[in-house]
Amino acid sequence: MTRNTALSIRDLSISYDTPEGRLRAIREVSFDVARGGITGLVGESGCGKSTLMSAILGLLDGAAIVESGEIWLGETDLLTLSRGEMRRLLGDRIGAVFQDPMRSLNPVLTIGRQMTDIQFRHRLSRRTKRERAIEMLHKVRIPDPAARLDRYPHELSGGMRQRVAIAMALMAEPDLLVADEPTTALDATLEMRTIELLRELQQEIGCAIVFITHHLGVVSELCDDTVIMYAGEVVEAGPTRALFEAPRHPYTDLLFACDPARIRERSRHLPTIPGTVPGLIDVPPGCVFAERCPERFAPCGRLHPRPLRVRGSEAVRCHLHDPEVTS
Amino acid sequence: MTLPADAETASRTDAGGRPRRRASSFARLVSDPLGALGLGLIVLTVIGALLAGVTGQDATALNPIDRFQGPSAAHWLGTDNLGRDLFTRVLAGARIALTLSIGATALALVIGVIAGLIAGYGPRWLDNLLLLVFDAMKSVPTVMLALVLVTMTGPSLYAVLLVVVIVNAPAYGRMARTQTLAIRSSEFIEAERSLGAKGGRIMFRHVLPNIIGPILIVAAMDIPVVVGIEAGMSFLGLGVRPPTPSWGSILYDGFSYLRESPWPVIAGGLPIIVTTLGFTFLGEALRDTFDPKIAGRK
Amino acid sequence: MWLYFLKRLGLAVAVVAIVIAALFAMIHAIPGDPARVALGPRASEELVAAFRERIGLDQPILVQMGNFYVSLLRGDLGRDAVSGEPVLRILLSQLPDTLYLVLGSILVAVVPGVFLGTLAARHRGSLIDRVTSVISVSVMSIPAFVIAIYLLLIFSIELQWFPAIGAGEGVLDRLHRLVLPSLALGLAWIGYVARILRASILEEMNEPHVRTARAFGLSENRIMYDYVLRIAILPTITVLGIGVGHMLSGAVFAEIVFARPGIGKLVFDAIISRNYPVVTGAVLLTTIFFVLVNLLADLVIAWLDPRVRHDLAG
Repeated sequence: MTRNTALSIRDLSISYDTPEGRLRAIREVSFDVARGGITGLVGESGCGKSTLMSAILGLLDGAAIVESGEIWLGETDLLTLSRGEMRRLLGDRIGAVFQDPMRSLNPVLTIGRQMTDIQFRHRLSRRTKRERAIEMLHKVRIPDPAARLDRYPHELSGGMRQRVAIAMALMAEPDLLVADEPTTALDATLEMRTIELLRELQQEIGCAIVFITHHLGVVSELCDDTVIMYAGEVVEAGPTRALFEAPRHPYTDLLFACDPARIRERSRHLPTIPGTVPGLIDVPPGCVFAERCPERFAPCGRLHPRPLRVRGSEAVRCHLHDPEVTS
Repeated sequence: MTLPADAETASRTDAGGRPRRRASSFARLVSDPLGALGLGLIVLTVIGALLAGVTGQDATALNPIDRFQGPSAAHWLGTDNLGRDLFTRVLAGARIALTLSIGATALALVIGVIAGLIAGYGPRWLDNLLLLVFDAMKSVPTVMLALVLVTMTGPSLYAVLLVVVIVNAPAYGRMARTQTLAIRSSEFIEAERSLGAKGGRIMFRHVLPNIIGPILIVAAMDIPVVVGIEAGMSFLGLGVRPPTPSWGSILYDGFSYLRESPWPVIAGGLPIIVTTLGFTFLGEALRDTFDPKIAGRK
Repeated sequence: MWLYFLKRLGLAVAVVAIVIAALFAMIHAIPGDPARVALGPRASEELVAAFRERIGLDQPILVQMGNFYVSLLRGDLGRDAVSGEPVLRILLSQLPDTLYLVLGSILVAVVPGVFLGTLAARHRGSLIDRVTSVISVSVMSIPAFVIAIYLLLIFSIELQWFPAIGAGEGVLDRLHRLVLPSLALGLAWIGYVARILRASILEEMNEPHVRTARAFGLSENRIMYDYVLRIAILPTITVLGIGVGHMLSGAVFAEIVFARPGIGKLVFDAIISRNYPVVTGAVLLTTIFFVLVNLLADLVIAWLDPRVRHDLAG
């Protein structure tokens, strides 16, 4: 891997064994996250975002099967690590912030207890750990941090809880932060403030961020690169600006088109596109988006598109841009 | 799960469609080793109850010379303090335990379900009143209730019956009520009502068949508890009257002469353990097979 | 918090009042004259009349009930129909032995129950889980008094490891004699505790906060014992509160089988001798005790769970 990538995912395919058959949750997913860069991962629910996140964090559940692929964090392929080795990286080189700030903190332990517990790698006194926690809460702009330490999660507001979660994830100054829709539960003003805070801290620490969201406005505001996922595949990936200016994949196009104010308007939900996402147990042989695609033509139903490098985008899975298919 | 759909087709198709479903459920039931073991233990108890009286000995015949004997060819489980054959008494006890526990459970089921249907289908005030009654009945500790009731009725089978109904009926009533409430406003009940069906007819022809399944399973799982209540009350001298043999009274006689011979106690306790384990294992397997939804209940 | 406590206390008082009314109704529904029954057919008319007057049976039932409520508030449960001793004093002299028994049984239920429940949850779906589940179901289904008699037969009569009779003198002797009865009453609850704990651990393990803890690299042991068990234990406390009611029931058997003094033995003897004031008092005392234990269980949960505490304060 090049020196400039913090995270590199190569050809990753993951399935789940279900009573109805093998559910192919993500297929041949590849993308890079630059060192110190922010990559937005966009897609509807069920597109494989959370499976991908669990895979990066080594937290796939028992029914998941990694069929192929590599996840490189610097010089290490995370998929080859044992559970113990993975645990040594988590909370140290990899940090994570989750979606639901109410339920992703332990409800019966104080903020302070949880913030000191995660410093178990450091041989420091309880008091020093507490001071570090206070300092970190101060950084995420929580007023009166010392007093908050003795509070329980439910005693804080939603925005404050999410900032506590961010503080915890960044305390160890990781190389990579995986953030799973961290602002979805917040209102628009709070969301913007949290995004600004994240950006600021990211620049200070210099970590790379994978920002999972289905909110396009946030992506354009925050992310250097964007990866669009649909039904378990990356359909388009590239630098955010180029991608937003000229989307190449009809799905990306539709996402933006359905959102008239595009970048300015911060829609809460992805716009609706007619049709349904294909079932992932019997994945159709052609393009996964073919059924809903306004621009489908003959090969789309039978031939699976390959990722192409097109001007502006680094990878597009669409026959429209494949000279071998169109000619 | 495919079960609800299954059950629905079966109830719609004619009688010819039913036996096959039953056979496959039965196969599923005994393919669970615990279910098979439970069924085996119950079959053993049932055979014992059917055989009662064919050992060629009288369950109540006294024979003081042969008292406190260990197991032998003549007395498979030995004899008690009055020289009665324990094996014969245990078999006779099986008959009483099985009829009583199944009968009492059925009675509690009928009373509970009817009350529950009325609570769920009837007016609001009646619902609240019945709920209060269910709660009050459940809050009395079983043994205390048995002790106080027996002072009213005197020790008898009917006292046992009464205790079982008071202890178990509220739970069935509550289940029936909740389920009735859940389906009373569903489309097909509304349709029946618009066709002019009367409340009673709707309750018994349409609501009951749809809610009875899970309640039957819970009732089946209560049978071992009832076996325990009968044996316990007879042990305390509050249930079956001597000389009628009940496992509980065999245990009590044996307990009084424990230092003379362990056999009466062993003979009285083993069938209780066999039967309660059998019904419990079978009940667990039944529940897992037919209704995974209530698997969370204690 | 205080409002919640008062509400719960009010409900508890209502339950006790209803139980008293039911008891009165039941005893008065007994066919025949309770005084005559108590004193036997050979007692003279004067004696029966004096007895009726002494325990207040000559008055209308509502007056009797009213009197009972009033004297109850003064801590007066009436007098023993035979010895004339205050019922409360008799009950209090028997209460400690029953309390030790119930405490012992809870200990028997909790320690192995928590161990097995945790073990089964950690090895979900494995042979260990299966075996634990069979053990749980088995101990739950066998009636406590059968277990009590078998324990007595095996460990007291045959092996002679434990004395068979009485509550004992001095701490060690008392503890020694407490082992078998506690085991008999507590055994079934090992199953209940293990089962409910396994279920609530598995449920809690699916909560997002567990994933967060894992994402910080905390060890599985730490997550289980510090983060999950702390929450998963709460339903077990409620179950144990209900369990105490069943243990009080079972105490009647355990005290008879092991010839221990206690409330259970007392109420059984009182029923046999138709000593109604003692029956009423004993049933009342156990009910109050049961209701208080459930109240206590709720308070313990509120104390352990800051969320409940928070909801109560708000």
